[in-house]
Amino acid sequence: MSSPDARQEPRPDARARRPGELNARELARWVWRQISSMRTALMLLLMLALAAIPGSVIPQQGVDSLAVTRWKDQHPKLTPLYERLDLFSVYSSPWFSAIYLLLTLSLVGCIVPRVFVYARALRAQPPAAPRNLSRMPVHAAYRTELTPDDVLEQARKVLGRRHRLRVAADGDDAVAAERGYLREAGNLVFHLSVLIVLAGFAVGGLWGYQGGVILVEGSTFSNNLTQYDDFKPGGLFTPQQMKDFRFNVEDFRVDWLKEGPRAGQARKFEADLSYREGESDAKDYTLRVNHPLNVDGTEVFLIGHGYAPVITVRDGKGDVVATGPTVFLPQDATFLSFGVVKAPAAKPGQIGLEGLFYPTFEMVDGDPVTVFGDDLFPTLSMLAFTGDIGLDDGQSQSVYVLDKSEATQVKGEDGKPFRLDLQVGDTVELPDGLGSVTFERVDPWIRVQISQTPGKGVALIGVILALIGLCASLFLRPRRVWVRAVAVAAGPGDTMEGVGGTRVEVAVLDRSGNGEMDEVLATLLAQLQEVRT
Amino acid sequence: MTNTQWETLSNQAVAMAGLVYFLALLVHLAEWAALRQPAGERELVAAGESGPGLETVAAQPPRPPSERVAFLGRLGFLLTCVAGAVHFVALLGRGMAADPNRVPWGNMYEFTVSGTFVVTLLYVVLHKRFGLAWMGPLVVGFVLTVLMVAVIWLHDEVAPLTEALNSPWLVIHVVSAVIATGTFTLGGIASIMYLVRQRAERRAADAERDLSGWIARVPELPALDRLAYRVHAFAFPVWTFAVLITGPIWAHEAWSRYWNWDPKEVWAFITWVVYAGYLHARATAGWKGRKAAMLALVGLATLWFNFIGINYFSTTSQHSYAAERVVDEPTAPVALATLW
Ligand code: HEM
Repeated sequence: MSSPDARQEPRPDARARRPGELNARELARWVWRQISSMRTALMLLLMLALAAIPGSVIPQQGVDSLAVTRWKDQHPKLTPLYERLDLFSVYSSPWFSAIYLLLTLSLVGCIVPRVFVYARALRAQPPAAPRNLSRMPVHAAYRTELTPDDVLEQARKVLGRRHRLRVAADGDDAVAAERGYLREAGNLVFHLSVLIVLAGFAVGGLWGYQGGVILVEGSTFSNNLTQYDDFKPGGLFTPQQMKDFRFNVEDFRVDWLKEGPRAGQARKFEADLSYREGESDAKDYTLRVNHPLNVDGTEVFLIGHGYAPVITVRDGKGDVVATGPTVFLPQDATFLSFGVVKAPAAKPGQIGLEGLFYPTFEMVDGDPVTVFGDDLFPTLSMLAFTGDIGLDDGQSQSVYVLDKSEATQVKGEDGKPFRLDLQVGDTVELPDGLGSVTFERVDPWIRVQISQTPGKGVALIGVILALIGLCASLFLRPRRVWVRAVAVAAGPGDTMEGVGGTRVEVAVLDRSGNGEMDEVLATLLAQLQEVRT
Repeated sequence: MTNTQWETLSNQAVAMAGLVYFLALLVHLAEWAALRQPAGERELVAAGESGPGLETVAAQPPRPPSERVAFLGRLGFLLTCVAGAVHFVALLGRGMAADPNRVPWGNMYEFTVSGTFVVTLLYVVLHKRFGLAWMGPLVVGFVLTVLMVAVIWLHDEVAPLTEALNSPWLVIHVVSAVIATGTFTLGGIASIMYLVRQRAERRAADAERDLSGWIARVPELPALDRLAYRVHAFAFPVWTFAVLITGPIWAHEAWSRYWNWDPKEVWAFITWVVYAGYLHARATAGWKGRKAAMLALVGLATLWFNFIGINYFSTTSQHSYAAERVVDEPTAPVALATLW
């Protein structure tokens, strides 16, 4: 800021300069005036822009919590400092909030008084013509044979179409007109709408929620808290808000591009849902990207998909100790996926498996890869563990992680880690009579996001109002126009024919500072003089 | 025509447009060079004589350009029009080459080619109304440079859209974003010229001589300021529409959250706030003119940074054109390599 101004001086200085001049009331007034000044608004806007930057460079908890964890692992030294400064949640941090709250305050302080000023201005008449119109920045004069009354009448007619006119009084020698009142209205609407948007945004943040869940094809979800994999409620969320509905994932289809530059990319994800609201009849919906399902204000979005190989584990005695679809999580766009199977009840020893799923397996240069995301040649490749896989102490665990700290790796006869490579239908016996593993088939899964966003309609109305107000404010060009007509006696050397005539003065005052007043003046002159021809 | 033929046509058209832009640039540079030649008799420039508020944008130039200069100017403008037409063919080819046919802004390359086309189009359309002849070399130079960057670094084959982009909002949202970007760029050029001319005027005043050469053809400061304001004032609501209305609506449909503070959103917001600051600055005593112009350039910088830079800085943006997000968290916390 290269121009320091008095506003930024701290209070004690002001005191020191003018001892005893400011009493408490004046001080309050002064502070209020500073807060609601245009300069403060400008500073706060620039500060807001600056303050938004860190959150775009540093991973944010609310956007990508995984990236946050990774970042923290990589920068152990910086992490405590960053945490103290709320740099992982910039947009809900006290300092960011402080800036926009101050801005809001400044906005209220600026706009509310102007609403009253505007209301008064609406009722007021356009100001009378100044004594000397040729002092106005844009003006012109000409002579005509018409009488002053005729000129003024013509001016009233021309201006009356798009201007508000000052009521004529006896003895007036001029017409005063004004237009563009809506500009200020637009400006006020715009700024007040900013408040509406903020309100809508806040409502969504406080009462909304987002939850995510992975659902294997064929499974059913009912909307209550226990069924979610992850759940982010707003500050004032209550479980009573949750709507009563359930749905079943009947079928999931993906269209894989087999050729062209984007071969391997998936398209047209479609999940057939059958859903019920409360006790009503089941309805069908095809869930697609960009086409959420709306159930009574709660929305269901399709945001991801993957594979769940169906794996059956039998223990040493031949009993089935784990079976069913196991969700494997994609690691990259090829859908190479990672997953874990746990069978803590297996005898003689617990069994834990972890490994990779290849949708379309192939060996390339001696390395196993998946050449395609579609499950054309599904293959599992897993390592086995036994001993304590960590489910005994009753602590909750992620189903995607195998706790190997107390477990021992199962080794083959050659002493190397034992690896199970399975295609659909294969069964592999584990060493040491631990049991066997069968790869039955592959089911797809989808990840859905379920959310309530109250206040989004308010926010939308707010921005639309803001846009309308903005356009009025930017494109209307308010101005005042005066036309004065005075009879003059013909002087010596006068080129006008006949005696007398009328001298007409026209002036235009631009009130937006951005108009092309010369053009306006030229048009007006042409219109006024039209009657002569 | 087959899709491959359309794509080839598009590539050739971009090259062709580049060539014609280059010719236009040469002609405009020749025009400038001709202006720089010492004028035979120098008339007094009537600076300061016209009262405030009287000059219009078209109140240029101070002395009538010679026949040769005028001819070169017209030729340059004509070539720019031709280049713009070929440029349009390139866009059409991109859209027709895709299967199914679509709007030509599915990736960075296409967005850049579209954005530069809008700059040219606006320049051509507003040329007369705003008296933009002086802007010719700047606009053409800018478009040519950015097109070259697009061809060399951003070029990508025609491909179907990723699923998230496959929405009518792509048309509405991106069209408005492209228009706003092109317009802000044009406004930025006016603001740059404001600063350049102000400097030139100060130097000329110091040396007690008149402004000469091409800079004298640039409109006077108040007119430049007003031109910059008008262009920005047009772009700002369009940008508002793009990033604060259609963007959130689309984001809500695709990702379930209308505003997620994703880096791309953050920078779009920053751009918006900075330009709001610009509009405020023009109404604030002490910020008019020079400081406002500088703010406009900060806005322009954030705009282009968001478009190009943020993709390299941040890996978490959902707006990355390149890779589709496969799945949200959780991801397995395991180094895969240990398995083999
Ligand atoms: C949330 C923050 C704000 C935003 C996004 C914002 C945005 C804008 C925009 C885009 C304009 C341009 C429209 C026009 O030129 O008429 C504008 C004008 C204006 N704003 Fe704000 N504003 C904000 C806060 C404030 C505050 C706090 C004040 C009071 C100090 C204020 C006072 C004004 C005034 C007086 C104008 C009219 C300027 C003129 O006559 O050209 N604004 N604002």
